[in-house]
Amino acid sequence: MSHLTSAVERGTLIETGPDSVFGNSLTGSPREIASRISRTRREFLRLATGATAVAPAVFGFGPERKGGTSRNRKVVVVTFGGGARDDETFTPEGQENIPHLLQEIAPRSTFFSQVVNRGILGHYVATASLATGVYETFNNFAAVPPDHPTVFEYFRKDLRRPAFDAWVVAPSNGFNRIGESGNRSYGPGLGAGVILPKRLLAAALSNSGDRTRYEHLLRDNYETPLYAPELGGNELQLGEIADILKLSVSDFTAHARSLRSADELSVYIARQLMRQLAPSLLWITLHDIDVAHAGAYSLYIEGIQRSDRLCAEIWRMIQSEPQYAGRTTMFILPDFGRDSDSDAGGNGFQHHRTGDPLSRTTWMLALGAGARENFVVDRPVESTDLVPTLGALFGFSARFSQGKPLPELS
Amino acid sequence: MLPSELTVEQFSPYPPEAKRTAADNIGLLRQLPLAFAPLLLRELIVYDWKFPAERNELEDQLAYLRSLAAPELRRVMAPFAGLTLSPQLERFDWVTLPGQFSESLTAHLWATHQVDGFRTAAVEYMARVRAAAPHRPAPIPRLGIVIIGQGVETNRYPLFRRLRAHGIYYTRVHPVGALAALLGAVADRASAHQVPYGHWYIDGGELAGPCRGAACVSWSGLARARQTLLDRMGRAMNSGTGSEALRTMLAQMDPSELGMRSAREDAVLSRFEMTLLTEGSGTQMYSTTFVQWAAREALRRAQPVTLLARFAPRLRELSLGELISEKHDTPALDPMGSLIDGDMGAWYTWLNQQRLSGADQSRFLVWFEDHSEALAIAPALKPGVVSEPVEMKDLLARVA
Repeated sequence: MSHLTSAVERGTLIETGPDSVFGNSLTGSPREIASRISRTRREFLRLATGATAVAPAVFGFGPERKGGTSRNRKVVVVTFGGGARDDETFTPEGQENIPHLLQEIAPRSTFFSQVVNRGILGHYVATASLATGVYETFNNFAAVPPDHPTVFEYFRKDLRRPAFDAWVVAPSNGFNRIGESGNRSYGPGLGAGVILPKRLLAAALSNSGDRTRYEHLLRDNYETPLYAPELGGNELQLGEIADILKLSVSDFTAHARSLRSADELSVYIARQLMRQLAPSLLWITLHDIDVAHAGAYSLYIEGIQRSDRLCAEIWRMIQSEPQYAGRTTMFILPDFGRDSDSDAGGNGFQHHRTGDPLSRTTWMLALGAGARENFVVDRPVESTDLVPTLGALFGFSARFSQGKPLPELS
Repeated sequence: MLPSELTVEQFSPYPPEAKRTAADNIGLLRQLPLAFAPLLLRELIVYDWKFPAERNELEDQLAYLRSLAAPELRRVMAPFAGLTLSPQLERFDWVTLPGQFSESLTAHLWATHQVDGFRTAAVEYMARVRAAAPHRPAPIPRLGIVIIGQGVETNRYPLFRRLRAHGIYYTRVHPVGALAALLGAVADRASAHQVPYGHWYIDGGELAGPCRGAACVSWSGLARARQTLLDRMGRAMNSGTGSEALRTMLAQMDPSELGMRSAREDAVLSRFEMTLLTEGSGTQMYSTTFVQWAAREALRRAQPVTLLARFAPRLRELSLGELISEKHDTPALDPMGSLIDGDMGAWYTWLNQQRLSGADQSRFLVWFEDHSEALAIAPALKPGVVSEPVEMKDLLARVA
């Protein structure tokens, strides 16, 4: 057992070889390493966008965009289910992969350069933790609701918002239960509608033929490709969705045939939602990047480049839709990072198993209403701070959340 | 059950060498905490299929633990003994199924926010083990060779960016005869220094030549095993088998179930090949992932002195539109994407080689197959660029 060191994502104590110290390795306490990662991002962003450092905690004096009133404010949250490392994004070598984030998004954003995730590094449980503001501890590979109230439930119950005002668009792997929690004070009937576009696509295609033929579409869990999610939860079915989005099944499948990836399908559905229902709280989880688990670096890079492009596309959608322009705050954040090359317990970009500082430290961009432009927040914040921040923007209390509202956004 | 209740009879399902080693160390095993003993048994139960280098490491670790007086052993084990485990873990049959216990323990540590504490304890523990272990220098300086880019005609992707700071970038390598020279170098070293599992040749396609003294593993050679495995996984999923049960099935699989080479030929290598497919992620689908992971595992486990890893084109990823298309063409290859995969694979192979003993003396060479770009790392080579013509055999001589 020379390989005791290290641990894991869910089920495996990953074996680790002897750790050597390399020139590029990150050494120091986790706090020091996270701080160094943040500093690198900050410096790079400063060079890339021209932001000016004026203080150790925050820098940049961009104008603050007036937020709408709580009543007419809208929020769009975009998470990357499958984090992207700095090596492929915010380092000089990685910048070629994120031209849209750097040139279109970052100059308009408040950039939180050090977002730490102290929870379980599995995509469903981590995204659920982002949505509840509590580090959830359920089995990442079980189709279960979060234990704590989600942001959608706080939003709808506290603000008495109707069902069509909160939506989630997510990949297939277990996310069908993310719309509402198992908490007895909230729960069924108070959450968000959940659309799983690939499941819809499989259903639409199966209408005209062999049901099993398109089941492979649903096996999109790159962490455990063997996992096929159970049905259930507040996920809407094909007929309902077609009615709601005023979209014929044939148009939907025809459009899908022209797309490169599942994330493009998710953004297409999000656009339909914005046009038909204009929800005030829209949560989109992208997932293409997580193809990294298959170990092909070029596919991982393609996933980053596509996510970069889609984020800009969503921002442009927000600007072009009258219901959203000028009153919407958009958040972009990975659920967590991926393993560093220097940790012998992992296999670099492929997984997020080691729990090393690079896999726990990520970033967040906030832009639009209530967010300063070209502004960097360098202090550490936690991924659980998102929900109480949304609470502060909308005017609800995320009473069960472990996080704190981010005062830099209003 | 607690480790203090262990009996020799409980090791009866273990393979012969594992059973003997466990019985020889039962006094020690009884003193270990529950968060530690099963993890040691997880390594011990596969003793019979371990490479010599792995056996040495396991023996060194057992020797270290045996050398500790009882109070010192308690002190070293205290961080593990301090972890809070669940009653379910205490009831687990961890002697027979230490691998499955490890998975359950991992999930428990994550769920109870103890994984960081475990990680810290494990890092400190392994540092102690390494400090106490006898120095085992490599008999000759290690040589890693990576060949990438097969099938690419023209390329604009900047190669070897991560490695350039560590070696010389050659821009005019004569490609004719270069592959044969590299394969010959492996054979020559295997002939001159006969070390069990000390020389490896891994190919992402068909082997380009005979295995002369090297352990050889190829994507093509495992085609039948891969298909058999994928068929079994597909059947299990369609029958409603949960992912947990499927993982257990994979963990208990024998190479013969996949129609792999007879255990009588080389049980250790057969088992290694099987685990590449059953434990690797993406190794069943993409040849580039297979080669990178195989090289990583060979270096980590067998600690060879020579390793040649040759990447070949993997299948192209289908778009969503193609996935739902009515007609399916024969899957095409993606040479350009595979070149990028291989470039990253070369970086990881070098990193993994540098994790072994004698890193300051090790050599490394990566070549863009059938092209003129290569990069060489050796103690005598100062990082830079060489744009004069060079033959591969001369390059090998400079690296040696």
